[in-house]
Amino acid sequence: MNEGRNKYQSRRDFVRKAGRILVAAPVVALPLILVKKTSASGYVWQIDPFKCTTCGNCKTSCVQTPSASKCVHAYALCGYCDLCGGYQREGVMKISTAAESQLCPTGAITRKFIEEPFFEYTINEDICDGCAKCVKGCKDFGNGSLYMQIKQDLCVNCNDCAIARNCPSHAISRVPDDLQYIPKDKVPG
Amino acid sequence: MKNHSIPYILLFIMLLWHAVLFAQERFPRPEFESGYTYPEHQMPLQRSVTWEYIDVAVLVFALSLTSWLALKKRSRQGLIWMSVFSLAYFGFFREGCICAVGSVQNVSLALFNGSYTIPLTALLFFLIPLIFALLFGRVFCAGVCPLGAIQELTGIRPVKLPKTVESVMTAIPFVYLALAVLFSAMQSGFIICRYDPFVGIFRLDASYTMIVFGVLLLIAGVFINRPYCRYLCPYGVILNLFSRFAGKHLTITPAECTNCRLCEEDACPYNAILPSNTDQVKEDPVKSRKRFIAYFLLIPVFAAAGGFLFYNMAPGLSKVHRDVRLAQEIRIEKEAGIEAVSKAAIAYKETGQTEDELFANEMIIIARFRKAAPWSGVFLGLSLGIGLVSLTTRRTRTEYKPHQGRCYSCGRCFKYCPVEVKKIS
Repeated sequence: MNEGRNKYQSRRDFVRKAGRILVAAPVVALPLILVKKTSASGYVWQIDPFKCTTCGNCKTSCVQTPSASKCVHAYALCGYCDLCGGYQREGVMKISTAAESQLCPTGAITRKFIEEPFFEYTINEDICDGCAKCVKGCKDFGNGSLYMQIKQDLCVNCNDCAIARNCPSHAISRVPDDLQYIPKDKVPG
Repeated sequence: MKNHSIPYILLFIMLLWHAVLFAQERFPRPEFESGYTYPEHQMPLQRSVTWEYIDVAVLVFALSLTSWLALKKRSRQGLIWMSVFSLAYFGFFREGCICAVGSVQNVSLALFNGSYTIPLTALLFFLIPLIFALLFGRVFCAGVCPLGAIQELTGIRPVKLPKTVESVMTAIPFVYLALAVLFSAMQSGFIICRYDPFVGIFRLDASYTMIVFGVLLLIAGVFINRPYCRYLCPYGVILNLFSRFAGKHLTITPAECTNCRLCEEDACPYNAILPSNTDQVKEDPVKSRKRFIAYFLLIPVFAAAGGFLFYNMAPGLSKVHRDVRLAQEIRIEKEAGIEAVSKAAIAYKETGQTEDELFANEMIIIARFRKAAPWSGVFLGLSLGIGLVSLTTRRTRTEYKPHQGRCYSCGRCFKYCPVEVKKIS
């Protein structure tokens, strides 16, 4: 009886030990397999402005409200036009700063006179909700100096970016975190 | 006539090319005379990566403390405070990202795709809880996982489910894990993150349906404790396996079990207490051995069946990939003449790629699914087979002890043990 019990005990011990080695093996093997595919730094999500089709999904798909993706302005590309396709609503005949003639639904773009005939347009990031209407306007009627970027200080860096999932043109992808923005006026590489 | 027109066509194309190149520079850059300088770009950076290493340090610290509280100090109170801390730090402060549950997908994506390199922190978040599970059981679930913590703190009226319901429901996490690994390996998205029920609560911001799902789960969790951990958590499947072989594990009693049966009734809401069964009538060993062998032989059958099933499901599963969905939409448009109106279809047309390219890509993705999906099926079949075999074996136990795979090391059973109570008083 006693012997039989010992036999069971040692067999069970053997199974336990074998099982432990079996499950521990992947834990050891995994870092070895992935050693070349591991990076010390992380990733952030960013919009490639050259692929962006200004569909407006950025505003609605982000897990945050308001969205972490906002319009930014590449001043060096801007024509500083009096009649701005990103500022003025389409079909507005008279240039004015009145709310009803502005394209931006939240009034996040301010227009400032610089010198004849140039005007500076600035995005107020706190009000911008990332609808990309101005980006579309500027792309269609201007130099394309307004473009969408994910503001990295607002982005919570989800493992699975909800906007990237819903981006119809695959414009959003993981970028290495030493390259957090894709500026339009300074093409990387 | 045809030959004559070729140079003109070429010239036209070249001119068009020119126009495309300069489309962005419709208006020349102004030359300011008033000494205007361009404003600075507002491009604030992501918080530094060192924070993620701090998260790893906090994870190791929290796991060590939880192990000590569960195994050595045996303090349910301490474990609750640990849950509060983890919920506050990993949940509300770090907003649920990075988490060990989701890191499964990063590992899978890195393993099966050349282009993705996994951040070291994600790899560590995957491995460290597993190492602790191998040493001390599922201490990660007990007080470190923010998803577990929020459910642990809200599960105040535990109700036991019938065993059959419990066993059927515990199959869901296996399917969830198999699909999550498959989809992330196929670059079709991270479903664990997408359907994380509590991350919306941590961020106090999410889509309506996800918030409703999370809140419903929490309300259900008041009675059916830890519903996510038990019936959904895919990482729990791996932790369960590792914890079965844990070197040390939480015990119900601090000293020797007196078989008083006080913990039998409602000490554990998770059905994780294995009773002592010395007084049970033993089955005929020949009969049980025969049944064991029969079920053992069924394992490869189940594995093959799973593989076959998933091989045939591959085209259906591949629809999770956006390119496959897009290709199908375009194909319907082509065949039925219904115009594709989705934003993806419009954006795709704008890029000027041909349909053949898209369909070829679709075929590649489906072929990849055909290759990979059977392994998910084999995994499920194996799990089912091994689960059945384990049902046929019966161990004699002389004491009440937790089932190492199912036990979350939450310490609810401590107070039921009279040996424990005596020790405290």
